Amino acid sequence: MGTSFKTYLNKHTHPAPLAVFRIGFGVMMLLSIVRFWRNGWIETLYILPKFHFSYYGFAWIKPIGDYTYLIFALCGISAFLIAIGLKYRMAIIMFFLSFTYIELMDKTAYLNHYYFISVLSFLMIFLPANAYFSVDNLLKKKTYTAIPKWTIDSIKLLVGVVYIYAGLAKINSDWLFKAMPLKIWLPSKYDLPFIGNSFMQQEWFHYAMSWSGMIYDLIIPFLLITKRTRWFAFGLVVFFHVFTRVLFPIGMFPYIMIVTALIFFDSDFHLRILNVFRKLLKPFRVHSENFKKEFYNYKKQKLVVPIIIMFFAFQITFPFRYLLYPNELFWTEEGYRFSWRVMLMEKMGNTTFKIVDAETGQGFLVDNSDFLTSFQEKQMSFQSDFILEYAHYLGDHFKNQGHKNIQVFAESYVALNGRLSQPYIDTSTDLYKEKESFRPKNWILPFHDEIKGF
Amino acid sequence: MIKNIALVFSLVFMMGCSSSDDSGAGGGGATDDFDRSALLTNLADNIIIPSYQDFGPKLTTLKGSIESFVATPNQSTLQTARRHWLIAYKAWQHVEMFNIGKAEALNEYHFFMNIYPVTISDIETGVSTGNYDLNTPNYHDAQGFPALDYLLYGVADDDAGIVAKFSSDANAQGYKDYLTDVINQMDNLTQQVITDWTTGYRDQFVNSSKNTATSSLNKFVNDFIFYYEKGLRANKIGIPAGVFSTTPLADKVEGYYNGEVSKELALEALNAVQDVFNGKAFSGSATGASFKTYLEYLKVDRNGQNLSAIINAQFNEARTKIQELNSNFSQQIITDNTKMTVAYDALQRAVVYLKVDMVQAFNISVDYVDADGD
Repeated sequence: MGTSFKTYLNKHTHPAPLAVFRIGFGVMMLLSIVRFWRNGWIETLYILPKFHFSYYGFAWIKPIGDYTYLIFALCGISAFLIAIGLKYRMAIIMFFLSFTYIELMDKTAYLNHYYFISVLSFLMIFLPANAYFSVDNLLKKKTYTAIPKWTIDSIKLLVGVVYIYAGLAKINSDWLFKAMPLKIWLPSKYDLPFIGNSFMQQEWFHYAMSWSGMIYDLIIPFLLITKRTRWFAFGLVVFFHVFTRVLFPIGMFPYIMIVTALIFFDSDFHLRILNVFRKLLKPFRVHSENFKKEFYNYKKQKLVVPIIIMFFAFQITFPFRYLLYPNELFWTEEGYRFSWRVMLMEKMGNTTFKIVDAETGQGFLVDNSDFLTSFQEKQMSFQSDFILEYAHYLGDHFKNQGHKNIQVFAESYVALNGRLSQPYIDTSTDLYKEKESFRPKNWILPFHDEIKGF
Repeated sequence: MIKNIALVFSLVFMMGCSSSDDSGAGGGGATDDFDRSALLTNLADNIIIPSYQDFGPKLTTLKGSIESFVATPNQSTLQTARRHWLIAYKAWQHVEMFNIGKAEALNEYHFFMNIYPVTISDIETGVSTGNYDLNTPNYHDAQGFPALDYLLYGVADDDAGIVAKFSSDANAQGYKDYLTDVINQMDNLTQQVITDWTTGYRDQFVNSSKNTATSSLNKFVNDFIFYYEKGLRANKIGIPAGVFSTTPLADKVEGYYNGEVSKELALEALNAVQDVFNGKAFSGSATGASFKTYLEYLKVDRNGQNLSAIINAQFNEARTKIQELNSNFSQQIITDNTKMTVAYDALQRAVVYLKVDMVQAFNISVDYVDADGD
């Protein structure tokens, strides 16, 4: 480690930004869980389906019937504890575990946003977010006046990585030179007031949105970091995310990103926010004047810092794993997830399965709605790993029913970014014999086109 | 201070924008925009309502001839009833896909009109005991056109036997009652649907052109595709051809007891689907705003031609394949089922074009997916 890095690690700063971040994060997560619950999605996404699509290697993580509600309850309670800063370390670990468990239960509902929350909450396990303005302070009669600066910077870095990778992913020929998929998405927003019937229908506007979206993602972290442009950048953040919220059904995510962006502001700003909270909490006024005041220092910084470094090394390299696969990323989606490829393509498919008796050659088609919810069927129809997993599920199902010599074939058509639907899966491959792995899937048919770029 | 005001302002803006309004009349207005209300108007005024107004009287005629048959069962009244059954059944092919509005509200009107194959035992038990309730789901497959098909063509081996069932049979009164109840049920439900369209629902349908899960435009697109996939492709061809089972099921064709019209009905249905797609008026050859013109407006060009041309070509190919079949699909399945599966494949390819390519181009908010996007 160079001396400048060591000096950096020893730099301290006021803990207010991290405290505000902790409160904002906890509140947002609590609201997300409540909203998810109230929309009935626990039921429709995790309880009702007969079958769940698992991530490779995580097949052991499944919904646990009605007890699934308990996991959500646990997640919501820990979010609340995080917000008030009570037993913070335990709460954030509980949150990370329960939230991640929920996300791993069924990949049908995969969203980059959820992955972001998992990753962020993992990072927060190692941050002293309860050093200031927390119930833990009251219990210990101790508050901190400074924390290591790198703790706040690590959140900024993670947010920066997300934006920049999302921006890099937009540097591709479909996005920039065909305005795809915005050219498909925007005209369908015809019922928006003012802009629906005008801008949304114009081709130049689709291009303008594509390009500005790419530029926004790439430069916003730098504008937020720089003090002179910070307020302007924050205005952009609010505008951009609110605009995407109006256009697309993306739930809580825009608000989470807006709250997250506050971390870039100086401690004065956060102290003023905390003062507002203090006024609101006046009835419960606590005399914290005689609390012990200390600088927060890690007891095991030598252990924590390498973990953080490895965490970021992973975050920076993992999205590039797609380079290890030979075929078009958007088509095969090998290495597509967990890479901040957000709202990047319009892809739909239609996939039907045929169960064949290898000896007689006789077979029949499966009605997907007998086994999958319509949401699962939609997601399954254009993603090769879903198709394979489902094929095995069907094979096992019909084997248990007494069918013999089972082969499972898929006929699949997929349309990507305004290209005509074309065959996706080799119809002569018995998918029941194929195993899931990290190797390229040679039974995905060629794309017959090229999308240049990241 | 200014910064605080800015913060508050942006928060208010945030809240204001996030509460989207899903209801109310929409569509139309600006000059450069595709007028989806016009599409719905064309559908309602030139296709849906005229189709119903064609079907309704034909069903009433059938009702009259069935009443005559019941009053005086003989070869002549039987023939008249059969003739009107086929005329009404063909007209029905033009309305089955409109499962929206009253048709949907009546616990799925089409469930009471055309679920086949019929369950003979339900009908026979009902006839002999008088215990049946056509309003319950258990009797979906014991009423409607398929039940008439059985009662008018299949209840005995020959015409004399059929007439006997309604005259000299010990259960003659039971058969008469059942037949009468079936046609009354059909007529009653149909009149309700027609009345609803002509007394208010039409305006509601036409004005609900927003892109929301519950707008008539989105529901209609979903219903249209669902009918094509299930009612036409699967029920008429796929299921009897054994596509979804280990062996062909020749007795699952439409109009099984009649024994010679399954092809005629399937072609009628395909024409109806294609006419809706192209916005062609029910009476006459005029065309108006439709899925086809919407795809053209959106410039959905694929491989050098508009998607609407690709879809029409696929419908035409499917029609050619169906035309090559025996007029009785049961017979075709027994003699050469591969021709049936060829027709099925041609129909299936259009499912993909409609369900994947067209829906993607419209970017319809699909009714079934209720979760956040990325």
